[in-house]
Amino acid sequence: MEVFISTTEQILTTDGLPLKVSLKKAERKNKIRAFLLVFPLLLFILVTFVVPIGDMLLRSVDDSHINTVFPNTFEEYRKWDRNDLPPEEVYEAIFFELATGEGIQVGKALTRMNYSKSGWKSLIKKTRRQIKKIYKSGELPTSYKDTLIDIHEGWGDTLFWISMAQMTEERTLIYYWNAIDRTYDIDGNVVMQDEKRRMYVKTWIRTLKVSVYVTFFCLILGFPVAHLLANLPLRYSNLLMIFVLLPFWTSLLVRTTAWIVMLQQKGVINGVLVWLGIIDDDQRIQMVYNMTGTIIAMTQILLPFMILPLYSVMKVIPKSHMRAAQNLGAKPVRAFIRVYLPQTVPGMSAGGLLVFVLAIGYFITPELVGGKDGQLIGHWIAYHLKTTLNWGLCAAIGSILLAVMLVLYWLYNKIVGIDNIKLG
Amino acid sequence: MALPSYATPIQRTYYYLYLVACGIVFFFLIAPLVAIIPISFSQSPFMVFTEGMLAWPPDPEAWSLRWYRYMVGICTDKNLTTPCSNKWMIGTVNSFFVGFVSTFFATALGTLAALGLSRPHMPYKGLIMSILISPMIVPLIITAAGMFFFYAKINLVYTFTGIILAHIALSTPFVVITVTATLVGFDMNMVRASQSLGARPIRTFFKVIMPLILPGVISGALFAFITSFDEVVIVMFMASLDQLTIPKQMWAGIRQEISPVILCMATCLVALSIFLLTTVELLRRRSEKMRGISRQ
Repeated sequence: MEVFISTTEQILTTDGLPLKVSLKKAERKNKIRAFLLVFPLLLFILVTFVVPIGDMLLRSVDDSHINTVFPNTFEEYRKWDRNDLPPEEVYEAIFFELATGEGIQVGKALTRMNYSKSGWKSLIKKTRRQIKKIYKSGELPTSYKDTLIDIHEGWGDTLFWISMAQMTEERTLIYYWNAIDRTYDIDGNVVMQDEKRRMYVKTWIRTLKVSVYVTFFCLILGFPVAHLLANLPLRYSNLLMIFVLLPFWTSLLVRTTAWIVMLQQKGVINGVLVWLGIIDDDQRIQMVYNMTGTIIAMTQILLPFMILPLYSVMKVIPKSHMRAAQNLGAKPVRAFIRVYLPQTVPGMSAGGLLVFVLAIGYFITPELVGGKDGQLIGHWIAYHLKTTLNWGLCAAIGSILLAVMLVLYWLYNKIVGIDNIKLG
Repeated sequence: MALPSYATPIQRTYYYLYLVACGIVFFFLIAPLVAIIPISFSQSPFMVFTEGMLAWPPDPEAWSLRWYRYMVGICTDKNLTTPCSNKWMIGTVNSFFVGFVSTFFATALGTLAALGLSRPHMPYKGLIMSILISPMIVPLIITAAGMFFFYAKINLVYTFTGIILAHIALSTPFVVITVTATLVGFDMNMVRASQSLGARPIRTFFKVIMPLILPGVISGALFAFITSFDEVVIVMFMASLDQLTIPKQMWAGIRQEISPVILCMATCLVALSIFLLTTVELLRRRSEKMRGISRQ
């Protein structure tokens, strides 16, 4: 071929173009055609999904809002040498910005200021009305500094002013530090939160712990079932597969409700135990609205995700392997451990990773059956999104969780391949 | 996988233990779903088996359709213990509406994309595939937070449009995966044959490609529907107070007024999932080409 092309005589297509050029053109056309088919969905996912997630990532480090509320104050503030109290200009700037600022925007900024030093919010809330009154009266004071300190002595406290240094940048890491129970002290060093405000590390650890437990139980429970399904004749295994697939297709909320019915104090399991005489009527076990409930319910809900990958791996392990091992003198247990088990590792790792990844991001089930000590990290995302409106912290927790997931999925992709995901 | 006749007694014991263990796991998987069905027909306002229900011979007093009447909004019962309203029916209508609309768009977009992805000339296939699959991978709570922030900026929160857009994004990965899997066994010569016989691309698509991949498309659509129909996290954040759906209503029910009405709806949903499961199973058997989602 090479000899042919290197000769001066080129192969031409019917319309007179060299074959190479024509082929390239056709290939490019094909590429564009294929891409055009994918393009609508790609655009849709980018706009409705990827951009919002990116927006969340930006929000987790974003501190620009407060800079739009106090631009002049911050500009003057940067000139301050941090000795004694700030100069008159800083007081003047903040006086006018508080007097003229829009209520909602100032309110948001105050919430942010309180994250850096508690007391900011009440200080400004207490003094803002008087500042406005002075501003409206038209008789502007000669010394803004003295006036403000007269209104409230807090304005003469250097600590407040030092803490402002953390807010003058457009980007901040405070939410990430908050998400792992740390914060900045007054000088901008990273320190632990107060004892009573430390709850995130605890929840992160609990999330990992519950995920490990759930993965472990799913593996223990899923392994024999997958083995049975893979080795039964198709007629029976198809029938038994319904037991795995029906929960898989049933609404998550239905399954969660069902577990509440089963596990509650007057529930089915306690009822059976009392009826059998194993426990007395007044010793009913508290199995729901705590961590036990979360683990039991999540294990059942995620079990199909373990069984299905295990099953598809076990299905292709030839039965002759075990027989050959035993034929060569291995006892059944030895044959199982040395011959069968190693071949199921891909299935175990695929199922294990899938269950683990799904478990750490779980929200609905722990929220409903978890009670106080069974909540996972998703609870705080929802809490800050809806209740405290601390969206920065909400986004930071979400971003950390997302990072953990991506690392795990990268692993999953290495081991199993993302396009090998199978459904049902 | 019966035991060989030469098995030792110990092997026999192990074998039966193994069968019992499997039985327990199957029971664990299915028992909660089965247990709720009889309780939904209870007379009692608590989600428990009452003594009357367990009595033999059965006590007709203990059983009733009372909670089903509540569910459909027939409030003739004088001794109301839980508020009776047509919230569940409004929720059902909304759920089906959101489900159908998002399934339609998700199926159309997902099928097109799967056709493109299966072409041998597709550039950056891996990267694009992982972007398209990502809504399925990212935990719902993160998706919900991100979408809430972003949709709040463009005034789409508290609208059905916002919810539907979110649900389409969430359910397309299922369509892409199932249809791509179907296309793995697709013979491109069919397309060439059709075109050489003079059919235009559109005609080829509807007359040749579509009938062949239809089982994959339908099961993809069913996955998409159940994803949207069952989704509660996004609805919780993005729907206004009066935009009820079934999952949202169930969530509220579990949170506030635990009454057997939830179990009635749950029983209906179990019936729906049996229906969907059967359909998908039949489709799978009918077309050997849907290798991607089948258990080979």
